[in-house]
Amino acid sequence: MTCKILIADDEPNILISLEYLMKREGFDVVVARDGQQAIDAVRRERPRLVLLDVMMPRKSGFEVCQELRADEQIKDTLVLMLTAKGRETDSAKGLGVGADAYVTKPFSTNELVRKVRSMLAGDGDGDGDGDGAA
Amino acid sequence: MLAPSLVLFASFAYLLLLFFVAWWADKRADAQRSVIGNAWVYALSMAVYCTAWTYFGSVGRAASGGVWFLPIYLGPMLAMLLAWVVVRKMIRIAHTYRITSIADFIASRHGKSPLLAGLVTAITVVGIVPYIALQLKAIDSGYKLLTNPAGAVPGAAGPWWQDGALYAALALAGFTMVFGTRHLESRERHEGMVAAIAFESVVKLIAFVAVGIFVTWGLFGGPVDLFARVQADPQLRDLLRLAQNGHPFAYEQWFALTMLSMLSVIFLPRQFQVLVVENVDERHLKRAVWVFPAYLLAINLFVLPIALGGLLYFGGSNVGADTFVLSLPLAGGQPALALAAFVGGLSAATGMVIVETIAVSTMVCNDFVMPLLLRSGAFARQQDLSGWLLAIRRAAIVAVLLLGYLYFHLAGEAYALVSIGLISFAAVAQFAPTALGGMYWRGGTREGALAGLLAGFALWTYTLMLPSIAKSGWWHTDFIAEGLWGIALLKPEQLFGLAGLDNLTHSLFWSMLANTGLYVGVSLWRTPSANETSQALLFVDVFDRTDTARPIFWRGRAQVSDLQALARRFLGADVASRLFADYARQGGASSIGEIAADARLVQFVETQLAGAIGSASARVMVASVVEEEALDIDAVLRILDEASQLRAHSQALEQATAELRAANLRLAGLDRLKDDFMSSVTHELRTPLTSIRALTELMLDEPQMPLEQRHEFLAIVVTETERLSRLVNQVLDLAKIESGHAQWHDEAVDLIELLKQAAQTVHELLRERGAELVLDLPGQAPTLHADRDRLMQVLLNLLSNAIKFLPSSGGRIDLRLRVDEHAATVEVHDNGPGVPPDQQALIFEKFRQGGDATSRPQGTGLGLPISRQIVEHFGGTIELRTDAHQGACFAFQIPWQAPAQPTAALAVPDLSGDSA
Repeated sequence: MTCKILIADDEPNILISLEYLMKREGFDVVVARDGQQAIDAVRRERPRLVLLDVMMPRKSGFEVCQELRADEQIKDTLVLMLTAKGRETDSAKGLGVGADAYVTKPFSTNELVRKVRSMLAGDGDGDGDGDGAA
Repeated sequence: MLAPSLVLFASFAYLLLLFFVAWWADKRADAQRSVIGNAWVYALSMAVYCTAWTYFGSVGRAASGGVWFLPIYLGPMLAMLLAWVVVRKMIRIAHTYRITSIADFIASRHGKSPLLAGLVTAITVVGIVPYIALQLKAIDSGYKLLTNPAGAVPGAAGPWWQDGALYAALALAGFTMVFGTRHLESRERHEGMVAAIAFESVVKLIAFVAVGIFVTWGLFGGPVDLFARVQADPQLRDLLRLAQNGHPFAYEQWFALTMLSMLSVIFLPRQFQVLVVENVDERHLKRAVWVFPAYLLAINLFVLPIALGGLLYFGGSNVGADTFVLSLPLAGGQPALALAAFVGGLSAATGMVIVETIAVSTMVCNDFVMPLLLRSGAFARQQDLSGWLLAIRRAAIVAVLLLGYLYFHLAGEAYALVSIGLISFAAVAQFAPTALGGMYWRGGTREGALAGLLAGFALWTYTLMLPSIAKSGWWHTDFIAEGLWGIALLKPEQLFGLAGLDNLTHSLFWSMLANTGLYVGVSLWRTPSANETSQALLFVDVFDRTDTARPIFWRGRAQVSDLQALARRFLGADVASRLFADYARQGGASSIGEIAADARLVQFVETQLAGAIGSASARVMVASVVEEEALDIDAVLRILDEASQLRAHSQALEQATAELRAANLRLAGLDRLKDDFMSSVTHELRTPLTSIRALTELMLDEPQMPLEQRHEFLAIVVTETERLSRLVNQVLDLAKIESGHAQWHDEAVDLIELLKQAAQTVHELLRERGAELVLDLPGQAPTLHADRDRLMQVLLNLLSNAIKFLPSSGGRIDLRLRVDEHAATVEVHDNGPGVPPDQQALIFEKFRQGGDATSRPQGTGLGLPISRQIVEHFGGTIELRTDAHQGACFAFQIPWQAPAQPTAALAVPDLSGDSA
């Protein structure tokens, strides 16, 4: 079974590149163009991992992450935050609201793929069966 | 009739409830959650003004004099109008110098004179103790009325140990001792007592109004019916008029009563206690000045209905009008209401007795007993006097109440007791000239105050008090009719031939005339001493100085250990060490040992002692442990001058600090703006870079990528690169304009031609979209002196914004030019979706783009901010018209005559040549 990933970003061109990248790596890809869509997509599609932009309309990545962690059904979803701000306080805040990892834009595609794979592997070692049941 | 046991039970239950309220408030105060830190409680506690004399007596007064009960309440209402000015000053003075009684207030102002304090205390005791007796009488007769069969004459009084009034007095003494002297405190505040008094005010109001409602609607058919019946009765009708019994309206008596009560509401010892001493926050006055008059209005609303109702109901039968509040419910078959009315009267009486006793006993203790005891050697050698002080206070409370009881027991039904209410008012009115004068006039002296008070008191005694005693049958009445020693000019109620006034107005006239005249006259006769001058300055100018800049009129040498020992003797070891520790901390000293024994410390100790033993005794005690230099007037003025200079310096320092703080805040704000801007620029740069890097890496990793895919990616890379360069250009452009480094090439611009050219430029873009642009231009327009290229930049920015939001078909843009004598106005109006209300305010801010996520067109978010900078450079304004029916309408307006050079150019003077 292929692993499902949600990509949430409001920049269409970044969405195009990330979608291409993740599909090439063999993931099942779903996309969302703002924070609200991202939440809805997680509830609907139950992805293993979310690539989450911080600066999005309607709901910021921070808010989305908080909402995910507060919901019993989807709180185990892995979250990788992407931000173009790259301030120290932002990354601290991202980890503070419960993100699993934090990557600054622009990023190396290969490194991003490595990070996603290692997160999914760590997840498999940990509580993969809970996720599998869902 | 009610069973005595029931009435007694209700009375004791009520007293227990009162104990509980006071106990609870004290507990809350100990837990730092004060209930009296509340303007409502303060305002209600002022209603201690309404005593049993009010509760029962107003009805009696109204039954015989109609509206003549009113001046007693009009006065306080008028006094409250002045409260913010006068009472607030009294509060400030009292709190600053720890003044705890009216005697202390007057004595402290006039050079801290023990003699003056003693005189004021003496006047108070003579004037007020009978008033306390009146309250005991009210309780006693109310009880008898409730428990005796209606109409029966009360039996002969039993032996004194069976007299209920005695036990009532003792119970009140107990209450007052428990809550009035809990601990020795230099502020003399009693939270539990104040809470209980406020509670009592509510009880008496509810009880009185309940009786009023019962009489008006229960016994009669409402106020209309009641007053109609009164109008039908020729005798009663007269009561509703100002002019009565065929006499014209006695306006001078009305005026005298109003003024008398106006002064009493401030100078009665109990009023001074709740109004000034117990006040915890000056701002509470603001609410009290309307709540207290409203309370008086409410409690007086039913006075006339009850009085007239009683007169109608009982007709000619022999029922005293003073008892209507109780006898009407009893006769109307409502014993429960009668009991409630009795409890209301009880609360009016007890409230007055408690507060009055505390106030009077404080004066007796501080101004009679202490000066005598401190003079006796044995007492002066005692090491810790704080326990003694409390014991003296308590003894004074019992003594005052027993004195009140004794007077009640002796006077009984006598005239001297019944009429004592107004006689007491007239006694305390004697304090007004010295107290008020002392607050506003620097010239008042100790001799002046003594002379005025003595004369006023003597005349009050001769013209009011002695006649009332004589009328009670305790003395010959000959001297009233014929004058002392048969001299007609000395007739006490027609002194020096002044006839035609009622005895109260007459007495008030003479006593106040002599009092004020001698106070002013004797004061003017002699220059104030240094001591009087310094106290006058401290009182009159109390609002002008803060605590730190207040002058300290003391010179000499002192030892910290002596002052500490003194404080310990009077305040107790615990309080004294806490006070010194606080003082050390405030002064920045690390321990008590490091306190400097300077004038400030001496004054601090003296003020603390003043709160406990009165300012006159405190002065004597402090003088006994320090070596003082006698100050002359010159020294006082020099100290004052130094203090003023110090104040000027500290004000300048405060102002400089405030300016520095504001500048710092502004800088921090600018810093944050710059930070936000940098963060936004970073974000805007990284976003296109992210796409470019990701897409190129993808193409690099995958040499076999289909050509079509590769093309798509490359096209995106080109777009994003363009976006990057646009961003860089605009950021630089904005930075240049904002910093004033932009170059402006001003020339004569033909706006009609400019608009046509702008329309031409976007023509191709519009045609691609199938949209049209409609030009609306005037026939001719004046030339504008401005930078042509910059104006074109604004126009193209607005036009390209409009194009971005045009609908996919049928798009239309209206480009209009309007001219008037002041300015040119250009409008760009599209038929797109318009700007949502929540974005309208933000649209001119940097990096705020319109449109939602899916439809947001390419742009940097800097176009509109740059346009605004350009338009403002030419003295114009740019705005989003919110009244457009459809689409968005941006408009900018530029005046033909640019105002003075814009700020950007001023900021960088060396470039002003370029921009001109």
